[in-house]
Amino acid sequence: MIAIVQYNAGNTGSVQNALARLGCESIVTDDSNELLKADKVIFPGVGEARSAMSFLREKGLDVVLKSLNQPLLGICLGLQLMCSYSEEGETACLGVFPNRISRFVKPEIVPHVGWNNVSYREDRLFKEIPQDTDFYFVHSFFADLSEDTAAVCNYGESFSAALARDNFYAVQFHPEKSAAMGQQILKNFLAL
Amino acid sequence: MLKKRIISCLDIRDGRTVKGINFINIRDAGDPVELAERYVREGADELVFLDISATNEKRATLVNLVQKVAKKIDIPFTVGGGINSLKVASDVILAGADKVSLNSAAVKQPNLIQELANNYGCQCIVLAMDVKWVNGKWKVFTHGGKVETEWEAMAWAKRTEALGAGEILLTSMDNDGTKGGFQIEVTKDIAAALKIPVIASGGAGSIAHFEEVFTQTKATGALAAGIFHYGEVRISDLKQALKNKQIAVR
Repeated sequence: MIAIVQYNAGNTGSVQNALARLGCESIVTDDSNELLKADKVIFPGVGEARSAMSFLREKGLDVVLKSLNQPLLGICLGLQLMCSYSEEGETACLGVFPNRISRFVKPEIVPHVGWNNVSYREDRLFKEIPQDTDFYFVHSFFADLSEDTAAVCNYGESFSAALARDNFYAVQFHPEKSAAMGQQILKNFLAL
Repeated sequence: MLKKRIISCLDIRDGRTVKGINFINIRDAGDPVELAERYVREGADELVFLDISATNEKRATLVNLVQKVAKKIDIPFTVGGGINSLKVASDVILAGADKVSLNSAAVKQPNLIQELANNYGCQCIVLAMDVKWVNGKWKVFTHGGKVETEWEAMAWAKRTEALGAGEILLTSMDNDGTKGGFQIEVTKDIAAALKIPVIASGGAGSIAHFEEVFTQTKATGALAAGIFHYGEVRISDLKQALKNKQIAVR
């Protein structure tokens, strides 16, 4: 069973619909036990970092998410919350990845909205996806580069479009909204 | 590189797609979900559903349609028309819309923009403004183009950006449905003055019009309805033509 983390900043419906299109059933839950026993966990997110982190801490989900041994996929705000620190509300985040989240200042237009191409290093998450494929992004804050950077995108500056370490994966773009190639990312994650 | 977005708009009335000229003379243009699927196949980057018949009685029909679209469609979509409270916006977002577009309600109660931004983030708010050239000024109109407001386009655009709008969907009523091209001047001025993305709308009639708006203004997206519905311009052909002109598209 795939569990989608429910919290105050999730676009859980879109992710659930995308999984259903792949013939995969999922549950949306904030119950620690459900998350711990799921085969895989998806941690989506649209919203603001500080209030999202307080919610996770209140529910004890911060500890649970970090302790998962099964594959976990963070999406958009999910990726940012898996990093060490976010400038948005000066928020200490989960620290799964060492990256820092900053606000875009170099680009002329913010937020970064639309389809942008990413280049990736060999990773099972990008199996059967051509280099420089376009994915759909919508965000004002970005993760810098680190040794966990699995894919890079450029918008005024280079940032982490995907992160990966052990069983932890995260993407800044929205695979659930990125047409066929986005679906392929989810398929790859489900196959891990 | 961030690509220019080609956005296909479906005007909805009573659950069907319709299209009018200069905001009147409405005619039927097909089933919204089928059309939406066709646009995704042809490579549309986003979809917009505007419920032009929006009334409280018909809202359930709209929410139902949004759910159906969300199940089938794997690209971002915006829903607008009659979004006049946090409750209605929430219903549409929870039904699966990625963004809601505000128009008349934002003019009437600008705080709705802030309220929505606080609850769902700026990225889900598309501020739709219908503008018309009146006595030497670009004026903002509401209620499907029927009511002239006090606002001038530039002032209103800046105000809504400050309140938390994530994008501006700028429609020139003078150009809408004419197929004579986008309104370059007002699009250029507003897109240059704002930090948030601006989508040009109204008047697309040929591939050249998209090229024009992307090379002469900072609009990051261009929206059209009629020319896509009736197959006059196929989105896949449009994108290939833009690529040939070195305009970055997906």
